[in-house]
Amino acid sequence: MPLFLNDEQTMLRDTARDFVAEHASVSHLRALRDADDPTGFSRDLWKQFADMGLNGILIPEAQGGLGLGHVEAGVVLEEIGRNLSPSPFLTTAVAAVAALQGSAQADRWFPGIIAGETVAALAIDEGAKHRDAIGLKAERSGNGFRLTGDKRFVTHGHVADLLIVAARTAGSADEADGVTLFAVPRDAAGLTATPERLADASLAARMTFDGVEVNADAVIGEVDAGRDPLGRLLRAGRTGAAAELLGVGGGAMDMTVGYLKERKQFGVAIGTFQALQHRAAHLYSEMEVARAAVLKAQQLMDTGADADEAVSIAKAMTGMATTLSVQEGVQMHGGIGMTDEYDIGFYMKRARVLAEMFGDIGFHADRLAKAAGY
Amino acid sequence: MTDLDTFRSDTRAWLEANCPPEMREPVRSDADVCWGGRGYDPDANPPQKAWLDAMAGRGWTVPDWPRDYGGGGLSAAETKVLREEMAAIRARNPLNSFGISMLGPALLKYGTEEQKLEHLPKIARGEIRWCQGYSEPNAGSDLAGLAASAEDAGDHYIVNGQKVWTSYADKADWIFCLVRTSKASKQGGISFVLFDMASPGVSTKPILLISGYSPFCETFMDDVKVPKANRIHDENKGWDVAKYLLGHEREMISGMGLGGGGRNPLIEGAIATVGLDHDGRLADPVLRTQIALFEVRAKAFAAMSERFIDELKAGRAHPAQPSMMKYVGTELNKDRHELMMAAGGSDALEWESERSGTGAAPRAWLRTKANSIEGGTSEIQLNIIAKRILELPGA
Repeated sequence: MPLFLNDEQTMLRDTARDFVAEHASVSHLRALRDADDPTGFSRDLWKQFADMGLNGILIPEAQGGLGLGHVEAGVVLEEIGRNLSPSPFLTTAVAAVAALQGSAQADRWFPGIIAGETVAALAIDEGAKHRDAIGLKAERSGNGFRLTGDKRFVTHGHVADLLIVAARTAGSADEADGVTLFAVPRDAAGLTATPERLADASLAARMTFDGVEVNADAVIGEVDAGRDPLGRLLRAGRTGAAAELLGVGGGAMDMTVGYLKERKQFGVAIGTFQALQHRAAHLYSEMEVARAAVLKAQQLMDTGADADEAVSIAKAMTGMATTLSVQEGVQMHGGIGMTDEYDIGFYMKRARVLAEMFGDIGFHADRLAKAAGY
Repeated sequence: MTDLDTFRSDTRAWLEANCPPEMREPVRSDADVCWGGRGYDPDANPPQKAWLDAMAGRGWTVPDWPRDYGGGGLSAAETKVLREEMAAIRARNPLNSFGISMLGPALLKYGTEEQKLEHLPKIARGEIRWCQGYSEPNAGSDLAGLAASAEDAGDHYIVNGQKVWTSYADKADWIFCLVRTSKASKQGGISFVLFDMASPGVSTKPILLISGYSPFCETFMDDVKVPKANRIHDENKGWDVAKYLLGHEREMISGMGLGGGGRNPLIEGAIATVGLDHDGRLADPVLRTQIALFEVRAKAFAAMSERFIDELKAGRAHPAQPSMMKYVGTELNKDRHELMMAAGGSDALEWESERSGTGAAPRAWLRTKANSIEGGTSEIQLNIIAKRILELPGA
């Protein structure tokens, strides 16, 4: 498989590009923010995603989806990133679907996801930094389990219909084994969500599980063997976040290069200045390297190969390249880049949130080092 | 089983039978590298000679060149399989050659049938070692400002002038050289010629470098007679050939950013020097972080290289993309060697001891500092990216 998009994938990209730019451009985000929208995204838009068939992009055709892969999901995510579209696509159509894939819970939740009626949120983080540690307790209780503990940084957690919850059924927080993944309906008793608006105007909840009772059939996969579905969720989430970062970085870069061509100082376009040309060319190079890393990870996942290393490289590399892109973007825009009225600052804020999500640059570099034995 | 699967298993078996075990060890120094040429001593390293002969016999020193020119006639996909299978057994490159990486592609595109048949098979078999006469004392980054002149003398030119930074000119048999055939236009007055380094009037002088080695030379041309039949492409159209060839040179240099396959000397070196702590982490946390972040970039760049090759083969790479590859690859290679020096500590500073391979590490480190200068500086590559890919306006 060559490391570029094939014709079908390119067609999908063009379709997604037009659709997202038309219906969910940066002005859509700005409008939601200015209205202090309590949901954080548009349910109508989520339904439109469904009408396009996009929500089932990773769901097998036999279950009503498009049966496509992570390359295709990434194509959509990149456009979401480029337009800073607030959307539950990453958490729901990518990460949650990957977790539910092949489990008994899939039949229950996939139809709603495909129809654009269900939004999923991921309750996996417990500290201010993403870690592999899972401490939230799930104790046997009657016919099911009782969940007790806290989760943080749960995007859409306050309005989601479904929560994918990583819990501990055995062992201690930093042990790999003894983790179980649950599909918990948002309206379960004892579950409270406190939404906080983040720097990029998105909403993420701090969630408290105060003895939340779930049935045994809420378990995704096997008890104590939740690392399998959680691993699928994380690989998909990390690769997806990397693709979205690629869109954010690419969008910021395009905006910046466009500005260099238009903005005049000293009587000439500032893009004629070698100091700025070199920085723009360096930025372009970093983004291209990041793009290749993301596609490599997506292709490996789609062929079923061991993708862990490639996924971490993709997430860390896009973190670095996109951080550079938004920083250079604001700098090269000069004073106007600091104004709320201009869009480039929105890119900076979204890049920071996505860089933190599912593990930052340091987290993934550390994973690589550990895997390589140092 | 597809044809490609069959090709892979046949190739694997052939390599297993024909690649000597000595040729599956990492290259330790310049002496391990086979450059071929008239001065090549076939008795100096019998396994190396056997490996060269075996590969050249199948046309696999240049697997994707046509068979008529000494190549293997392989498709892009087969070539990729061959490279993968060679990497899998860590086979050394059977032949290093500027003829393969630079002149060959230019000849294939611009040479006459006669020129191709004359030169390409000898390149493929490693019979002639080539050097490149581009830079001059006053024409480095401004390459087209070259002055070496070729005066029309009927069926031949009389060439006079000086080249500099000619890699291995003192060991090369032939040179591909840019000369000025007209002063009417800067880029439009350059021609691309080939001549034998043994021609009367050619002399070379090695330049001692900071590494203590002299891989580069000054090359002097004093009334050198060059047949017009040795000119590639039209008179005064040499710049087209030069630019095409530079693209290939940049690709080749960018490959250095990839490091070697198999064991990672950077990581091994660091572990050997500072050791691992009780959690199995490098006992110098800052060095560990630096290496890990470097590895992210290096592995992402490996993906970029794969993508670039795939795009090239499919004919969809941007023509200026080699500049990006060259820029990133060479900067990465410099970073890698800076880190290797840091990982090696005082051991890596030894310059002449036997234990240090006569200073292999510091000399390699110093060598890499030229990566972002040779083949067009990093700044020139950034200019090209800015103007040709990002289409930023000229000053």
